[in-house]
Amino acid sequence: MKNKMTTRAIKDNSNQPHIQIIPPQGWGNLALHEVWKYRELLWFWTLRQIKGRYRQMALGPLWVLLNPIIYMIIFSLVFGGLAKLPSDGVPYPLFTFTALLPWHYFFDGVNWSVNSLVSQKEVMSKIYFPRIILPVSSMLSALIDLAVAFLVLIVLMIYYGIAPSWHILFLPFYVLFAAATGLSVGLWCATVAVRFRDIQFAIQYGLNAFMYATPVAYSASLIPERWLWLYQLNPMYWVIEGWRWSLLGTGQPPQIYMLFSILIVVFLLISGLYIFRHQERTIADWI
Amino acid sequence: MSDVIIRVDNLGKRYRIGAQQQRHDTLRARLVELISSPLDYLRTTLKAASDAEILWALKDISFEVKQGEVVGIIGRNGSGKSTLLKVLSRITAPTAGRADIYGKIGSLLEVGTGFHPELTGRENVYLNGIILGMKKNEVDRKFDEIVEFAGLEKFLETPVKRYSSGMQVRLAFAVAAHLEPEILIVDEVLAVGDVAFQQKCLGKLQEVSHEGRTILFVSHNLGVMMELCSRAILLHEGEIVTSGTTGDVVKTYVSKYSAQTHELVTTSYQTGAAITKVALLDSQQQSVQVVDYKLPFYIEFQFEISESLLALSQWVRLENQFGVSVLFAWLAYQQAYQPGVYRASCEIPRELLTPGRYYVDIGLTNHRVHAYSQAHKCLSFDVISEDAAFDPNDSDWGVVYPKLSWRVEENGNGATISKSNLVNAYKKR
Repeated sequence: MKNKMTTRAIKDNSNQPHIQIIPPQGWGNLALHEVWKYRELLWFWTLRQIKGRYRQMALGPLWVLLNPIIYMIIFSLVFGGLAKLPSDGVPYPLFTFTALLPWHYFFDGVNWSVNSLVSQKEVMSKIYFPRIILPVSSMLSALIDLAVAFLVLIVLMIYYGIAPSWHILFLPFYVLFAAATGLSVGLWCATVAVRFRDIQFAIQYGLNAFMYATPVAYSASLIPERWLWLYQLNPMYWVIEGWRWSLLGTGQPPQIYMLFSILIVVFLLISGLYIFRHQERTIADWI
Repeated sequence: MSDVIIRVDNLGKRYRIGAQQQRHDTLRARLVELISSPLDYLRTTLKAASDAEILWALKDISFEVKQGEVVGIIGRNGSGKSTLLKVLSRITAPTAGRADIYGKIGSLLEVGTGFHPELTGRENVYLNGIILGMKKNEVDRKFDEIVEFAGLEKFLETPVKRYSSGMQVRLAFAVAAHLEPEILIVDEVLAVGDVAFQQKCLGKLQEVSHEGRTILFVSHNLGVMMELCSRAILLHEGEIVTSGTTGDVVKTYVSKYSAQTHELVTTSYQTGAAITKVALLDSQQQSVQVVDYKLPFYIEFQFEISESLLALSQWVRLENQFGVSVLFAWLAYQQAYQPGVYRASCEIPRELLTPGRYYVDIGLTNHRVHAYSQAHKCLSFDVISEDAAFDPNDSDWGVVYPKLSWRVEENGNGATISKSNLVNAYKKR
């Protein structure tokens, strides 16, 4: 009898999740385990974005490849050809393409995650799921685009006869660094963008300006020594120089000073998570 | 087993009306405001927090639902029904109180959300199923059943944007209907699709309730509610007015609004005659708010004549929920009146108005040259029908739905299909 009671109690506990609905109190916890619970949704939502994005386009997913190639051609003509900017001894097209990949990953990821809530307002006002799925899946779908575009980089490296060294082992770290940077911006801005649609435009211009504060089209060796401390606070500086370092062997190797940048991103990411969590429970009221 | 599966305790949801208005203003506008007149800006921002602009969409809501119960939530638009469902399904957080839910909850607040128009039917079934809380292998298992329920086997590889809206709704409901949560929240889903499909949906809901699952059901269709729900809760202005057996609550709902004396706002253009009272009556002279499509009803109003008038006539105008003027009924002859109080009654015949909501305008006029008194939207009522075919949100039915006489015959033969047969055929459906 006693035995039976115990099994019953256990069964009840596992079968009946207890959902508490209470007013938001303080800053609460991040409830990140919910993201794990909803991992299938995260994956399907990412697929939805990727599949939906290139439907009914004649070239379809080819745009993932064309986008950085077109920028590479433009930059090569303007900055490499006309302005004759130095490119650390690497052919300029390869020099800028190596930077364009992580840059576009960051650019698309930030853009999509900032807009992820606004563009899904209909779903958000009808169905519950952890809202953080939306910006995270935006970053994920941008990551898949990056992986595809990486094939072009391999072709370019073969064409120019440049083989990566053991530095390439650091590449995943730099991808993660870019992802964390992008996600922290996305988390900070996504809920604000629901209230103030201005954010979407501001982000566009901000990102375009930010590209010039990052050594995408030019070499960081152009930056005067006395400003380097400021310039190097930019996390994307380390990401892009890191890509060049791990793939081409040029650029800036990792340095102790990079820790400042990492700390900034960690701070932005954690605070972004809290802000997002704090806002998400009532965000449906603002839609 | 009588386990409590939903417990709601003093739940409240507050909206700041001022805050809601902000959503249209922009960061720029606020910055400009802040810079140009900082004091005013501060004052308006602080004022937004004052009580005058606070609306309690839900207030002190407490109830319990036991496992296996089907509970209906009744109330007029703006009574807080939708807010309650939104809080219970965790779309938005409450401001006060708490709710405890012991079980997996699934909602059909609006079907078809999350459909991606560019993706195919197949892809959307998976996507939608997973958004609604199914696991992928659950969708795998139920996929054929879902597609069959929707009747869209042939269009699985077609992008959903090529579907008609009816097809989209069918697919969406099919997915949602195959959720297997312990608690199902349903909001007006029956207002979709054609008759046959609606019957199917209703059947599915009944099946679900017989399986012992708990349903919270919101609908304006009182007939369906009586059929489905064992118990009901009546909400008015965010508070629970009453709860109990569905029949009792529906009765209270119907009588509460009909017993409620309308605050009659009349516009006087000329002295001499004024409307003083209006009422909607059924054939037993009972004041009603909801009328049956199959029965006639009466718009009755009282007016006062304060000076002798040589010619006066009355009119009634009905407007439907889409703002369409449905009919204008005018007492064609004018009459002379001595001072006094008079009563006029206008019969609206049975089987005329399409089920839905109507608003009544009433007027006193002198051959439509001099308007004396007018009451604009002084009454509103619902025409209901047991026929589940009517979608209160669908304007395709036409503004009237009269029973007309028909004659159908085979060409050249002269043999007619008799009228009674047709009626029987209709009834069978």
